[in-house]
Amino acid sequence: MTNGAKQRKGQDLIRLVEQSSLKPEPPQFEIGDTVDVHTKILEGDKERIQIFSGVVIARSGAGAKEMFVVRRIVAGEGVERKFPVHSPRIDKVVVTRSAVVRRAKLYYLRDRVGKAVRLKERRK
Amino acid sequence: MTKGMLGRKVGMTQIFNEAGEAIPVTVLEVGPCVVLQVRTPDRDGYEAVQLGFADKPRRLARRSERGHVAKLNSKRSRSRTAAGVELLPKAGCEPKRFVREIRGSAGDAQIGQELNVAVFEGVAAVDVASVSKGRGFSGVMRRHNFSGQRASHGVKKVHRHGGSTGNNTFPARTWKGKRMAGQLGRENVTIRNISVVRIDSENNLLMIRGGVPGPNGGYVVVRETNKVG
Repeated sequence: MTNGAKQRKGQDLIRLVEQSSLKPEPPQFEIGDTVDVHTKILEGDKERIQIFSGVVIARSGAGAKEMFVVRRIVAGEGVERKFPVHSPRIDKVVVTRSAVVRRAKLYYLRDRVGKAVRLKERRK
Repeated sequence: MTKGMLGRKVGMTQIFNEAGEAIPVTVLEVGPCVVLQVRTPDRDGYEAVQLGFADKPRRLARRSERGHVAKLNSKRSRSRTAAGVELLPKAGCEPKRFVREIRGSAGDAQIGQELNVAVFEGVAAVDVASVSKGRGFSGVMRRHNFSGQRASHGVKKVHRHGGSTGNNTFPARTWKGKRMAGQLGRENVTIRNISVVRIDSENNLLMIRGGVPGPNGGYVVVRETNKVG
């Protein structure tokens, strides 16, 4: 019993530590959204924005450790990139399209090719 | 005094540095610690500071534990005082759950003095000692990374065994130190030269890069690293 209370206190301390790493306004998007992820890239000493666009197929973790996975098809080959939600290197995430999805992880898209990859659009 | 403290492992997380890189950190709750005793070469033959961390409820503490941290009105103390013996000074605090000595020069440490994580201000790297997670009696594959034997081709019921433990006529015994199954974990482990990422004096938190042995909530001894270069 007392152990449980201690554990909760530990989690509170972890949250406290993570506070400094969290973005005040984390990017808003949902599973199935097609997004443009603007990442800052350092080339030499010049900073440049690179855009990776694709479908958000998964979100995992919590707090400063939260990550999301974006999948897109490049030259017929599936490419997935995993980003930390709160990374300072992510400038912004722009939602270009939303889709009707019924699960939290869209891993079934990995088994699909061609037209089957498309998701039904959700109108707001 | 030598920079050392007692604390508790809170858990792990990651924080982003200025470059935007995610740094894996272990959060330690370090201190407040109370100096319970100061060892001197004259009396004890060595120099050290004895620290105590985390209050122990009085109902759980033995009388000897209470007498260690505060003056008790006992028959022995009365008779000793009556005999003119000066009793050792006490810290005058609550009994502590975790008591350890930090070896090295005691410096200006006073009995009863309270220390907090601020002692590590300006320290670049620390050594962390704690008791690793116990895995019980484990076989050689898990304990010593043996390969075991094949799954088929005539191997019978010895797939995870270590094989032979020695030779025949010479030496006609098993060499000492032969790696075999046994207790794995729950031993003292020290991780040296862990860099300090951040110090939060307000909440007595010390953030260090990478992991430390033991479960969350386990007690740790943190010292300034003695590793050179």
